[in-house]
This record gives sequence, structure tokens and C-alpha cells, in this order.
Amino acid sequence: MPSRSIANFQGFGLGLRPDHYNDFLERRVGVDFVEVISENFLVDGGRPLRVLERIRERYCVAMHGVSMSVGSADGLNDDYLQRLKILADRVQPLWVSDHLCWTGLEGFNSHDLLPLPYTEEALDLVCANVHHAQEVLQRPLLLENPSSYMTFTHDEMSEWTFLARLCRRTGCFLLLDINNIHVSASNHGFDSLAYLDGLPLECVRQIHLAGHSRHANGLLIDTHDQPVPDPVWQLYGEAALRCGDVATMIERDDDIPPLDDLLAELELARSKPWRRAA
Amino acid sequence: MNLLALQRGVRDHILRGAPHVESAIRSEAAPRLAVYHNAYRMQLLDCLRDTYAKTHAWLGDEQFDAAGLSHIEANTPHSWTLNVYGRGFAHTLAQRYPRDAEVAELAALEWMLRRAFDGPDSASVSADDLCEIDWEQALIRFVPTLRMTSVVSNCAAIWTAISESRTPPPAHRLEQAAVLRVWRQDLSPRFRSIGPDELCAIIIAMDGGNFGAICSSLATEERPETDVAAAAGALLASWLQDGLITAID
Repeated sequence: MPSRSIANFQGFGLGLRPDHYNDFLERRVGVDFVEVISENFLVDGGRPLRVLERIRERYCVAMHGVSMSVGSADGLNDDYLQRLKILADRVQPLWVSDHLCWTGLEGFNSHDLLPLPYTEEALDLVCANVHHAQEVLQRPLLLENPSSYMTFTHDEMSEWTFLARLCRRTGCFLLLDINNIHVSASNHGFDSLAYLDGLPLECVRQIHLAGHSRHANGLLIDTHDQPVPDPVWQLYGEAALRCGDVATMIERDDDIPPLDDLLAELELARSKPWRRAA
Repeated sequence: MNLLALQRGVRDHILRGAPHVESAIRSEAAPRLAVYHNAYRMQLLDCLRDTYAKTHAWLGDEQFDAAGLSHIEANTPHSWTLNVYGRGFAHTLAQRYPRDAEVAELAALEWMLRRAFDGPDSASVSADDLCEIDWEQALIRFVPTLRMTSVVSNCAAIWTAISESRTPPPAHRLEQAAVLRVWRQDLSPRFRSIGPDELCAIIIAMDGGNFGAICSSLATEERPETDVAAAAGALLASWLQDGLITAID
């Protein structure tokens, strides 16, 4: 692999969504980077790739995937990895990220981010898969902490311990999703600050901020359809104090508001007093 | 329970509600598993609603969602990309609405347009590129997104009306079956109804026949030779205008 490191990029960005393509192409939007969903551009041709090409001419781009499935017990899909590598070589992104999860098994694909048991066996498997992905992609990965709605009776370690050991063993980096920490902490009853303090924060290269909803059964659901709520801002403050200046973005996937509303929300992240304190 | 067994258990619960993984879930397994069980279906239903937006508009929420959920139960996704999940939905609709041909045909048209949307790129030949061509031997290469579909309903008129936010016409069967050609011109997926002469000509070209063979196919007892040349020229002009030709060898 040519480089095992990813330079720390400081800036504020947004997830690029089709509703805002024209905004980003027709005016200079005040962001330092955009994050694209890799799978939206793993296509043969047409408008998606043309849009991405023009976006890349104007903005720094991070590639964020949902289909790598680093936790699948039957290994990675090499066709997917090869396509991802071609796209990454074309885009030359800041980095390529995906999630600590599994999405499918033995030909079945749930298209959902399913939780892993945090066991030594799963850690060995995920490390092997991450090593393989990094070899194919010829670049280190960022892995995002997932939001989850269940944990397993045979878990042998915490999620943060699992992530810390994964980073140490594979040289991968972290995409820290603050909302996901809050959602999972609420659903499983752990301490968000203990989570932060258990991570190798020097490995964090990007932060996600998003909103969630409360399900009728009391679980918090990672819906990304609302503004960032106060508890997530507060936890972001704690993370910002600990991580220093790390690329930070708002991730909105549903009930997409006008771009200027998201930019105003992003301005909150830029201007929060804890950033100066950091 | 090892990782493989656990993942098989979660998969089986998502697909069929199989209960054997519940003992591996900490703290009230049922509502937690239900989140994933439901999210799987909603994600796929959203995918179908997005891919088949006009079919959705035609059927309305209740009928579309019932058809979609029925399709989801019968069709497990296998690919890493949701882009291909909608394949076969027109078949599901054809079985569900056997007397309403426009439903499945509208869906089939939307599927073809969606495939054309992000299909392979190709440059189109313009009229200015045509010089020193031996037309008798010329081989016409069409853009890779070109597909054709036969229809017996006015699904094309319904698609167009919904696309233009007009009230769609009532569904009816055509007096005779028609053929739609679907392709992408630059970045825009398009479709057009074509007659039997053009259908025959396109099939000949796609099968490797030359322009001379296309002209021969246009010759009939009722059509004088000069009209054959005019008809062939008109076909060529319309293909060029539609950006349908990627090369003439």
C-alpha cells in the first residue's frame, strides 16, 4: 500500500444529495468538502458520473459507502471492491469510508447496516476483511461507528474497545458519528463519554452530525430526517474538545430541507464556542 | 453461537421471522429484532417507490405498497446495489393485475428508462460526421442503452401525462400492439413509439446486418424503389436526430 496515513483535513462539509446537485453546481457553496454516497456513483455512466465529475472540479470529496459489509462472515465482495477502487482512483477523494457492520451473507443483501457481536472471532474476521479491502483499494479506510438497536449476549468487549483494537491491528481510521454514539448509548444504556474516552481519538479523521427519532417502543432510531438535536450537539462539543479540528459534516438523508437551512445548521458547528476552546 | 450462525439467524429472522436467534439478543429481543425486520422492508419499498414513481402515482399508495410488499416477500435482494432491486417488478404487477395491461407495461417502461439513465456512456454520430460512407455495406452501431419493448396499452400516454403533472388518460388497449424504443440521448432517458418498418430495421442492424439489408427490408410490392430510399433516409435522419447512432462502420 503506497501510504498508510491520511492527513488530517480540517473543514466543514455536507452530505451531497440529489436535491442539492444544482445548488452545488450553479453556485459556490460555502463548504470545505462534500461527502458522496459511493454506491450512487458505482454505475456505468450517465448523469450521476457527470455530476460527480463536475462536483469534483469544484469541491473536495469524501467517499462514504454502505455496501462493503466488513463484518460479513463469508468475506467481502470483490466485484464491489474493484468497482469502488475504480471510482476512488477517478475521484481521488479525501478518503473512502464505510461502516462497522454487516449487510449481507451468502448471497443475501439486507441493504441495512446490521450490528456485529463484539467478540474475538468477529474482530479477527473484520480485521481480515479490512486488511483485504485496504489492499484492494490501495488506501486506508475510515470506518464509522454504527447506530444499533440490539447487542448480543455473547459480546466479549465494548464497541469502542472493538474499534480501538481494529484501528490498531489494521491501520484503519475512524469516522466518528456523534449521533450514532448517542442513539446506541440510549438504546443500550452505556455512557457516551466513556465511549469517546475509549477510542483512539488520534485516528478520527471525520465526524458526522445528524438527527434521530424516537420509536414507539422507546428505542432511538437513526433516521437522519431531522436537525441535529441538543444532546448530539452537546456530545459533539465533548468530541471536538477531545479530537481538535477534524472534518465535520451534517448528514441528512430524509426530509431534505433547502440547502441554505443545512448551511445554517453547519454554521452552528463552525461557530460553537467549544471549537475556540479546543 | 459463532458469527456465521448468528448472521444466518439474523438473516432468517429478517426474511421469515425465524425465532431461533432471539436467545442471542440481549434485553427484549423481539422489539429490537423488529426494527431490523421492518427496516429491511421499508428500505426495499422506498427503492421500488423511487424506481417506479409513475407506476406508484398511477396505482396510488395502497395498491402500490401492497404490490411492493408482495414483491419484497417473493424476491430477496442479492446484489450489493439497490439499483437492480426493481428488476422483475413489472412481472409481479402483471400477475397481480392480469386484466390491466397498462400497470405492468408502465412499470416495464419505467424500468427501462431507469436502466438507460445510468447505462454506459457513448458518443453519438451527427449528420456532419457522415461522409465517404459506402451505404450499401455500412454497419450501424446503436448506443448501448437502446432497448425495445412491445406494449398493448396506452402506458406511454399515461407515463407522459404523469410526467407533465397532467391527469392521465383512462387506460385502454391499443388497436394493435405497438413497440417503444427506449434509449438515453446525452444525459436524458427517452422513449418513442416506432412502427414495424423501424423495428425491423433496428433488429437487422443490431443483428449485424448492413444498411443495404435494412433497405431491402423496406422494399415491398406496394413501395417503389424511390420510396424505399426515402424511407431509409427518413429512418437514418430520425436516428441521427435522436442521438441513437454511436458509429457507422
